[in-house]
Amino acid sequence: MTLFVEGLRSGLAGPFTFTVPQGQCLAITGASGSGKTVLLRMIADLDPHEGKVVFAGTDRASLPAPAWRRLAGLVPARSGWWADTVGEHFPSAREAEWQALAAELLVPKALFARSIEDASTGERQRLALIRALLAAPRLLLLDEPTASLDPVSTRAVETVVSQRIAAGTTVIWVTHDAAQAGRVGHMALQMRSGGVLAP
Amino acid sequence: MTPLTLHAGDIAIAAILLVVDAALSIGLRLRFHRALAIASVRMVVQLVAVGYLLRYVFAGHSPWLTAALVLAMSLVAVREVAVRPVRRLAGGNAAVALPNVLGVVLLTACFALLTAIRPHPWYDARYAIPLVGILLGSILNAASIALAGVLDNVRQQRDAIEAQLMLGAGFGTATAPLLRRSIRAAMVPVINQMAAAGVITLPGTMTGQLLAGADPLDAVKYQILLLILLTGASCLAAVGTAYAAVAKLRDSRDRLRLDLLR
Repeated sequence: MTLFVEGLRSGLAGPFTFTVPQGQCLAITGASGSGKTVLLRMIADLDPHEGKVVFAGTDRASLPAPAWRRLAGLVPARSGWWADTVGEHFPSAREAEWQALAAELLVPKALFARSIEDASTGERQRLALIRALLAAPRLLLLDEPTASLDPVSTRAVETVVSQRIAAGTTVIWVTHDAAQAGRVGHMALQMRSGGVLAP
Repeated sequence: MTPLTLHAGDIAIAAILLVVDAALSIGLRLRFHRALAIASVRMVVQLVAVGYLLRYVFAGHSPWLTAALVLAMSLVAVREVAVRPVRRLAGGNAAVALPNVLGVVLLTACFALLTAIRPHPWYDARYAIPLVGILLGSILNAASIALAGVLDNVRQQRDAIEAQLMLGAGFGTATAPLLRRSIRAAMVPVINQMAAAGVITLPGTMTGQLLAGADPLDAVKYQILLLILLTGASCLAAVGTAYAAVAKLRDSRDRLRLDLLR
């Protein structure tokens, strides 16, 4: 389940070439607008770009795009919601699982019955993480997952994700907090302006 | 019952109303008299021209001339549908509007002429041209609302659509809420038209027939047939246009390509 990224580039950033071994977390830091989000969106195949991605020995190009995105789950910095209530975004058959995750991530249970507009930015970020974790991606792409969270919730997110890493999930974690990068990352890279990754 | 004939003098008397309007505009400084004058002259010139054109086409019995007129009317409708949205597709909005407007108007017009109306010959311009005209009016409405519904809202719905894509949903699933909303909005006018018919308004076709001396029940039968045709055509046009517009924003990797929208 090792991730190989080779010559990934678009008009906005790159080329990027790096490897993340299975069950490890690559932390990427860097200033806003330097291309961190662009990189994650390219790996998730959401924007047109050049380059090659191989994960767990499978070339991404050989998979249909939806199948690839189930394997490589992206949790964006600004989450999107398509239904009215929070609960409608979660599979009702697996309520026990998302309730357990919500408890671990300190999301109030009552929130699921309410309108999505009632959820704060920080709550939405954790809800989006729960939604992505339910799909059990083998590669997890996190774009500033704790940007709007208090220290306690931040720790909760870090704990939940490190459990997944320990279970073999490969993670790329974008953050602009160098201390967090040190806590969660087995390896770290820095995004320089102009979209260049450097150690 | 014979239809009452109108003479030019009768219309001139009615035009006194327009003169009163213009006087009000000047007196109260409403400043619409210029636009009113231009619009009135345009209305008269356009309708008289169309009257002569239709008399010529009806007398000629040429299916080619009828077909040419149907095509010309459809192309004007396509243009109206294409310019309505604020946003433009990279390939041009007309590429979405053309097959839908033309396909739906031909389908519903032929269906009605061959089954319900059955003139001899079935393509008789006296029936085909007015039918196509009224169908195009509804198709234009439905297709332009559906197209604007997709193109003008997709940017705002980007996060919601991409959230589903990120979870591994197919493009169809991810765009379904936007599609459904656009199609529903496009169906509102024609459903309102049916619901209000006869109670809140007397539909135009029926009013025209009544003024021309037709029996009310005959006029009603025609109006019911027309409203059914208009609703059927609107729905097909709305569904076809919305799906075609969304398909233009998708690529082979199921990405939402907003860069193809200006």
